[in-house]
Amino acid sequence: MNVITDQMNKDFVLAVEGLTVSFDGFKAVNDLSFYVDENEIRVIIGPNGAGKTTVLDLICGRTKATNGSIRFKSQELTKMKEHEIVRAGVGRKFQNPSIYEDLTVFENLEISYPKGRSVFGALAFRRDAPVKERVQEIAETIFLADQLDQRAEYLSHGQKQWLEIGMLLIQDPELLMLDEPVAGMSVSERKKTAELLNTIIKDRSVIVIEHDMKFVEDIAHKVTVLHQGKILSEGSMAKVQADPKVVEVYLGH
Amino acid sequence: MTQSGRTFFLRPRDMIGIVILAFLLIVVLPLTLDNFRLQFVGKYLTYAFVALGLVLCWGYAGILSLGQGVFFGLGGYCMAMFLKLEASSVANTKIQTTPGIPDFMDWNQITALPWFWEPFRSFPFTVLAVVLVPAIFAFIVGFALFKRRVGGVYFAIITQALAAIMTILIVGQQGYTGGINGITDLRTLNGWDIRTDSAKTVLYFVCVGLLIACILIAYFVKSSKLGRILVAMRDKEDRVRFSGYDVSNFKVFVFCLAASLSAIGGAMFTLQVGFMSPSFVGIVPSIEMVIYTAVGGRLSILGAIYGTLLVNWAKTSFSETFPELWLLGLGGLFIAVVLAFPNGIAGLWQTYVAPRLGPLFSDAVKRRDATPPATPPASGPVAPAAAE
Repeated sequence: MNVITDQMNKDFVLAVEGLTVSFDGFKAVNDLSFYVDENEIRVIIGPNGAGKTTVLDLICGRTKATNGSIRFKSQELTKMKEHEIVRAGVGRKFQNPSIYEDLTVFENLEISYPKGRSVFGALAFRRDAPVKERVQEIAETIFLADQLDQRAEYLSHGQKQWLEIGMLLIQDPELLMLDEPVAGMSVSERKKTAELLNTIIKDRSVIVIEHDMKFVEDIAHKVTVLHQGKILSEGSMAKVQADPKVVEVYLGH
Repeated sequence: MTQSGRTFFLRPRDMIGIVILAFLLIVVLPLTLDNFRLQFVGKYLTYAFVALGLVLCWGYAGILSLGQGVFFGLGGYCMAMFLKLEASSVANTKIQTTPGIPDFMDWNQITALPWFWEPFRSFPFTVLAVVLVPAIFAFIVGFALFKRRVGGVYFAIITQALAAIMTILIVGQQGYTGGINGITDLRTLNGWDIRTDSAKTVLYFVCVGLLIACILIAYFVKSSKLGRILVAMRDKEDRVRFSGYDVSNFKVFVFCLAASLSAIGGAMFTLQVGFMSPSFVGIVPSIEMVIYTAVGGRLSILGAIYGTLLVNWAKTSFSETFPELWLLGLGGLFIAVVLAFPNGIAGLWQTYVAPRLGPLFSDAVKRRDATPPATPPASGPVAPAAAE
């Protein structure tokens, strides 16, 4: 790696370079490079099978890259374990609401609170005032303050999505990755979610995968269009929408 | 309930449950049963330690081990080795070719005590070994499997294989282990004759005391954040992993804890019954112990204890009258539990009995009256919610 790229990378929160992953010869992500700035909201769009979710899987360590590098604040993520990546400050929301149905909203948030993450730390963990205050604060942000004692399985679909976003917020990650945060939501829930995202993006970078173009327009600073594991187009929403290649493979449909 | 942040790890309901169980085991049963029957209960209670471990490991963490007999056996054998050495004094074994070693070694032409038997002359070492040897073994197995993300049915099959391997090993190495007969003719514990009725009664109460201590440990673990992480892992392992936890460490911990609990039961079994043999190590006893837990309720610490007592009581009663039918009965019971009441006796209690006893015993009442979610559920996907 030459000096110039290293210098450049310091300004980016996330630098993905030459990222490739192949499953039995099929390259789901092929020589992908992109950079995410501090406090930027980046939206990744693209047709089904373009490799969007795989990119998030690679960043958070769920899938191991065949080639290439992912640097987060100059730490090489491709060599780290999942929990180490989380502890470094990368949070990831899954496509389907991934919450603990058997636990209450409070307990869901409490488990995500970044303290007592070792076995004995968890045994010794006490639910003290800072924990309760932080849980309360997050619950208010995600519109669930009056549901803290509710078992998570009784929440509506939209509320479950918010809860998972809350579980990430409580970790205060520097990079937040959201996989289709408004899929399956009602119109009013979508509006509230956009509002929520606009309040939580302060002091962090966000990568969002989304299909809902209206929603993308509302939130995106920059859009990356993926197609067959490669970048088809990148830039502002207006630029991407005007790109004839994008219209052909994605927006035109 | 949750927000109030209970300062003590037992809820009032749990305390009442433990007191009732303790009263039953310490007062009611000793007063109503003759010595012979009480010794049976004492033996059943040693399996309850295994069931307790399974509640944590299987019920909470979702890790089904079909090899808990291995740990029960390791604990039991550690204790049996100590007792056997005490029973094999030079004076007691002077007719042997090599006096001072256990009789079965002499029969197998072994002329010196093997090195790994030597430390078991010490009682403090034995007590430590009862708890630690199974935990270390569980750590090795758990570390090897969980770090490689082996789980679910594969883990169950591997633990079952371990139970089979352990039996074969013990039977095959009879010069060192006593073989198929096990380690028998145990007499005294630090000079105290454990074969008398009075000793057996004392050991019964020791067993009850240890069981209650272990129940308290289980409640402590359950009520800690670790307990909630176990439940969370069972539900959404990836979410726990991507919340910054090393999931495998938690699995190794709960597996080791379950192993140690089982081993305490095994050691108490040896003391009360007076021998240890491979028939308590293998596949059949390991699966039976899972059935006790399932019948009692794998999500309920106290339920598993009652399940163990009831199934064993039924086993003893039925096999006295219809010895051939018992295994069929046990199989039928297991199928019935899985199909009809998956949370066992404890589940029936929580669904049908507890709600009638008021809010002290049940949060089901509260749940039914709980306010519906403030926002209406999604009216259907508006966005092209295509999965990638």
